[in-house]
Order: sequence, then structure tokens, then C-alpha cells
Amino acid sequence: AMEDGLMQGSRIREGDCAVLKRDDVFKAVPVLRRRKIIFEKQWFYLDNAIGHSYGTTFEVTSGGNLQPKQEVEETTTETKEAGTDNRNIVDDGKSQKLTHDDIKALKDKGIKGQEIVQQLIENSTTFRDKTEFAQDKYIKKKKKKYEAVITIVKPSTRILSTMYYAREPGKINHLRYDTLAQMLTLGNIRAGNKMIVMETCAGLLLGAVMERMGGYGSIIQMYPGGGPIRAATSCFGFPKHFFDHLHEFPLSKVDSLLSGTFSTETLPSEPEDNTLVEEESNGLTDEKQTFLQETEEEPTTEAAMEISQTEEQETMDINAERVECKENKEKESKENVREKQRKQWERRKKLMEAAALLGEKNADGLIVASKFHPTPLLLALLEFVAPSRPFVVYCQYKEPLLDCYTKLRERGGVINLKLSETWLRNYQVLPDRSHPKLTMSGGGGYLLSGITVVLDKGKSDSSNSEALRMEEPSSKRCKVQDLHC
Amino acid sequence: MSFVEYGDTIKDGDTAIVFLGHESMFPVKVQHGTVTQTKYGVIRHSTDLIGKKYGSKVTCSKGGWVFILHPTPELWTMNLPHRTQILYSTDISIITMMLELKPGSIVCESGTGSGSLSHALIRTVAPTGHLYTVEFHQQRAEKAREEFKEHGVEHLVTVTNQDVCKNGFGVSNVADAVFLDIPSPWEAIGHAKSALKAEGGRICSFSPCIEQVQRTCLAMEEYGFTEINTLEILLRVYNVRTISLQIPDLGKAAGDNSSTGSDSSNPSHQGSPCANLQQGAVQFKSGVPLREVVGHTGYLTFATKS
Repeated sequence: AMEDGLMQGSRIREGDCAVLKRDDVFKAVPVLRRRKIIFEKQWFYLDNAIGHSYGTTFEVTSGGNLQPKQEVEETTTETKEAGTDNRNIVDDGKSQKLTHDDIKALKDKGIKGQEIVQQLIENSTTFRDKTEFAQDKYIKKKKKKYEAVITIVKPSTRILSTMYYAREPGKINHLRYDTLAQMLTLGNIRAGNKMIVMETCAGLLLGAVMERMGGYGSIIQMYPGGGPIRAATSCFGFPKHFFDHLHEFPLSKVDSLLSGTFSTETLPSEPEDNTLVEEESNGLTDEKQTFLQETEEEPTTEAAMEISQTEEQETMDINAERVECKENKEKESKENVREKQRKQWERRKKLMEAAALLGEKNADGLIVASKFHPTPLLLALLEFVAPSRPFVVYCQYKEPLLDCYTKLRERGGVINLKLSETWLRNYQVLPDRSHPKLTMSGGGGYLLSGITVVLDKGKSDSSNSEALRMEEPSSKRCKVQDLHC
Repeated sequence: MSFVEYGDTIKDGDTAIVFLGHESMFPVKVQHGTVTQTKYGVIRHSTDLIGKKYGSKVTCSKGGWVFILHPTPELWTMNLPHRTQILYSTDISIITMMLELKPGSIVCESGTGSGSLSHALIRTVAPTGHLYTVEFHQQRAEKAREEFKEHGVEHLVTVTNQDVCKNGFGVSNVADAVFLDIPSPWEAIGHAKSALKAEGGRICSFSPCIEQVQRTCLAMEEYGFTEINTLEILLRVYNVRTISLQIPDLGKAAGDNSSTGSDSSNPSHQGSPCANLQQGAVQFKSGVPLREVVGHTGYLTFATKS
């Protein structure tokens, strides 16, 4: 399996999940032959990329073919002329001698982006008067526009969480990648753990946990609605065996499991391809809800459009498969009934397994990032966690975590509670031009973390107030805390 | 117990964390016949610790009590004996993710320092990965080796006592990732490149000063690294408090409050659940930032060898 992993690591293979990268923009795509891909206003086919190693940069040539980019010596302007300041540079809108039509003609002729950039420089009357730094900036900007290059990289938590945060933050509850990184560390996620994961982040958090566990140990995913959503999880391209010990359990059964009235007989009987239907409809309601909740949602960007296009494409494929399914059904209805029963039985068996795992109440940690209020989730799911284990809960907003903090204190059985947030700042580092980047993310969400301890139920009242006093930094604060509102 | 595997009960030889209260804890090596002093009195290892469940409340001789916690790299980071400046969990978490570490990863690190990051790296790459860590200070290298052995992770780590800038990491073409926390990282970039696998990998360098970052970035470019990216991560911790703010007396007639316009923070405003008007005060829960926080640890520069 290890060798398999290594081979997977180096070469792009048909059927892989790959990520396209252009500058800081990412897009996850399945590697399929003769499938048109649209990315950053370019269209192409991935056929020629198959067999090359991950990390290769390609040029998009005419007809949408990919060709590995040759390292070319920078075509530096022969006479390195440059101005010292911009006192004589006037913005008259006439500095570029090439017209829009000229540029379009060049493009239509299929002239390489590199040459177009060179022509733009030669036809710029102000270029030579610009400072060296301004020239640099000008070239970079034009290159970005006209040089059609993409890099194909292997998916990882780093890449997928960056991609999701940039392209579809609404689908992951605005969980910024550095916040996700904190969660994995605070939760001590590692091989061999038995983890409980509750998320509505398209399966990104689940994927991140799976990557860190490397196929060792077990994960129980708690899900709302008809089934877990794992769109992002599938982008990781995990080997099959990673799913052997991935279990799922419906949130709606948690109360009955805790009260001892749980039984699989009460399961609503669902048609067998229900998971797919539910997943899609869930996705839809998700989006609607986000729009209702947050009217100031960013306008649909071009990037988001691209994603929805692929999704449409994928949905169509799935639909086609389903049509086939239905045709078969009519032909072999008897076998279908048996198949249905078998699937029903398998679902029930899987559910029993997950229930048994939870019932042991010895999980090695709990990690929560969802659109739901965290308090009820924590109060219920912590019951399944062993003492002296970390838990982490994410929320896009601070206020629900304040409530959660208070309720956990009242409950007891937790120590070292910490409410935190991280700030992330990116830097431009260039000779004589180093500074923090112009923009930084305003919000990546909040975390409440802590450690479970043995809950002594006998004298919970007194121990609670003791625990309070124990962790409050000053006596003054204690007094304030006692005034419950 | 080990730092890479949970155990349920406390055993002789374990490293456990004694938790006294708000951010107050210390590590203890569990040994038959030994006692540990705390401000709440004595803990007798043979009777109070060994055989007990991790996470238990342990009553000390003076009647006070503490919790005994299973060690994790994060708890170790908060409690380890400092032999150098150390990296804290906030930086460690972004380093781990941006270096794409996971079970099976081979990592090179220098310097070992106090082993704060090392423990976290070992945790993440176990059970099939390996850490090659290089420390030029002989005593520190020795001490790190001892700790790794005590913590049951010595099979996952190799400590080498040499100068990484002169002699490199002692391995070549094996690593998926390299981490540098040394004063002149630019002198080690070449060694880092040859330690990384031929098919590529990730690198990270931690430096407190921007001048160090600039030289490092230049060196990375020179050696053909791509995706060079410098960032900084800062932790904000909030205290959860119930705050009570007095309502000013504006001399208005009683009961006239509700008609004072559109101010949504008005205490009589419906729908703010926590705002109880009580003797002319409004109470609410707040996450209050600490008065003083860490404003800078270091810049993290990441890059890819491809």
C-alpha cells in the first residue's frame, strides 16, 4: 500500500482527483480524458497532463491542449532603462499604442502570451520612464493576463482548505484554513485515534481529519438530515482503505442512543438511492439557508460560476447513471427487491456498528464545525468522549461559543476551556519592497477548546462551583460570573 | 501511555500532566514510591496515581485536588523545561498543515531546541513516518534524545548533533518536508533541498526578523523553490465574562425609555435575550481580549520543491 501511495504521489493518472492552480487560484477537478475544463477564463483538456508528475506547470496551446512549460530565460529588455520617479508620467490614456483590436488580433492569431506581453511593453511609451519596480509590476500584471499557464498539484488539506475558503466560504461556514489547522492540532488528531466528527463543511473537515489519521484508527461522522455530505472529502482522492473505518451516525438518533431507547427498527425506510438525492437536496437547502441568514453574501463571482458549472456537469453524469439504474430496475424487478433488502440490511448493520462504537463512550476526541448552535451538540456528544481527551468546536460567530462556554462550565467534566481566534497576515517579500499584503481576511471564525475529565456526578453542584473558582483568573471575575443572566 | 498513543490508566514510568487550575500545570514522571509536592499538598504516586484513570480528580494530602491528564504534544509545549525559545501550538499548527504532514511523512528539522515542535511533528507522522532532527548544541541534543526515549517515541526520531548549515541533515533525497528554526536559515537552504525527495516536497523557515526572511527568500529562489509565501499567524484568546453596564440617568420620566429612537442597544429593546434591565444596568456575556497578548513570534516562510 505504501508503494502504491508513493506512485500516486508522483504521477498524474486518469481518474485521479487533481487541483489546478494559477497564481493563488485553485480548482479541484477529476482527471478524465476528453473532458473540457474551464478555469480562469481558459478552456482545455487534461488528456496530455496524464503521466506527468504533480507540480508540473503547463501552457495552454491552441485547441485546448496542455504542454509542459519550458523554463525560458526571462526576456529582459535589452537596455535596462528605467526612470527614478513618476513626476513626468501623465495619465493621458494614450501610452499604449496597441488598440484593443490589435491585441485581440494577436490573440486570434494564436501568438504566445509571452510575445504579446513583449509587444505591449514595446508599444508602451511610458514603460522606459517607469521605475524599475513599476516596470516589474507592469510585466507581472500583463503576464498574469496573457500568459496561459496552469500548474497541476496534488490535493491536500493545505490546498483544498485554501481553495474552499477563497471560492466557496459559505459552504464551509467561513472556516479559514489557519483555523482548521488549529483545530487539527488542538484536537490532537493523529493515527490510531477514535474520533467523533460533526461538521457541515462539505466534508472538508472530515477530509482533513482523515488525512491526519492516515487510515489508522476510526472516525464516526455525525450527520444531520438524510446522510453525510462529503463533496470536499472526495476531492482528497483517499485510497479505498481509508473508508474502512469511517462510520456515520444520524444526529437525530443521538438522544435515543444516550437514553438507551435506540433501535434501528425505528429508522425511516428510505429508497436505496436516497443518499444521493438527499445529498443534493441538502446542498440546495444549505445554499438557500445561507442566503436567508446572510443577506450580505458576496455576489456570485466568476470563480463560483466555474465551480457550479462543473457541479452541473457532474450532476448530469450522476443523473445519467440513475436513468440507467431505473431501466435495469424495470427489467429485473425481483432482483431489485432483493437488492433493496440487502442494502437496507447493510445500512442497518453499519448503523448498529456506529451505535456500538459510540456506546463505548471512549472516543479520543470530538471535533465540531457546523452551521448549528454548538451548545446542544457539545452537551450531547461529549458524553461519548473518554476523560482526558481534547475537544474543539468551531463557530463562525463568537456569541454562541460564549453560551457554550457557560453551559459547559455548568455541566462540569471539562477543564482548560479556551475561546480563541487566529489572525493571519500574508507578506510580500521582495528586495526593498517587503511589506504586509494589502488585504487580510477579516474573519476566519472562533474556536472553543478544552479537555474532558472524569465527571463526578455525585456532588456535581459543589464541584461545579469549585471548578469555576479553580479556573477563574481572579476572585472579582467570580463574583461577576455568579450573576447569571 | 506514549505521546503517540492514548492509554486509559496511569502506569509506572508515564509522563503525566498535573493540572492545578487556570493555566497552572506541570509535568510529572510517574514512579513507584515517589511523591510530588503541590500547593494543595502531596501526591503519592503509588497510591494516588498508578492504576488510576487519566482525567481523574486526585485529592492531595491537604484536601485540595488536581486533575491528572494524559500527555499530548500541546500540553507538553505548555509545560516543557525550556532550554531555548520554543515554538507554540499556534505556529506549530499552521506549520504542520502547510508542510502537508501526515502519517508516513519523513521530516527534517533544525534546530531541535527544546523539542516543542519535535513532539508535535512526531505525533503527526507516526506510526510510519520519521523525524530527522539536527541540533548543533551537544547538551541539548542529548537532552532531547533522553526525552524522546522517556516519552516512548525514540523509534520515530533520529537526533543528530551537528551544524546544519555546514553539514546538512545527514540524509538526502528522503524528506517530504524540511523545517528550519535557526538564526541563518539561508545558509541551510541548499542542504534542505538535497534532504528533500527528488520528486519534491515542502519547506518552512521560521524567523523573527524581516531581514532574515528576505535573505531566506532570496536563497529559496536561487535554489529553485517555488510557491514562496511568507505569513504570520497570531493567537487571540478571549476571557468569557458577564459584563454589567449601568444605564445613565438622563433625567427622563420613568417609562419613557422605549420611545428614545432607533438605538438597538437600548435596554428595553425586545429580542436581545441577555439584556435584563436590573437596577438601571444591562448585563451581557462578552469575550474580552486579554490585556496583553503576543504580538509577534516569527515570520513563517513556506515554499515548494517540485
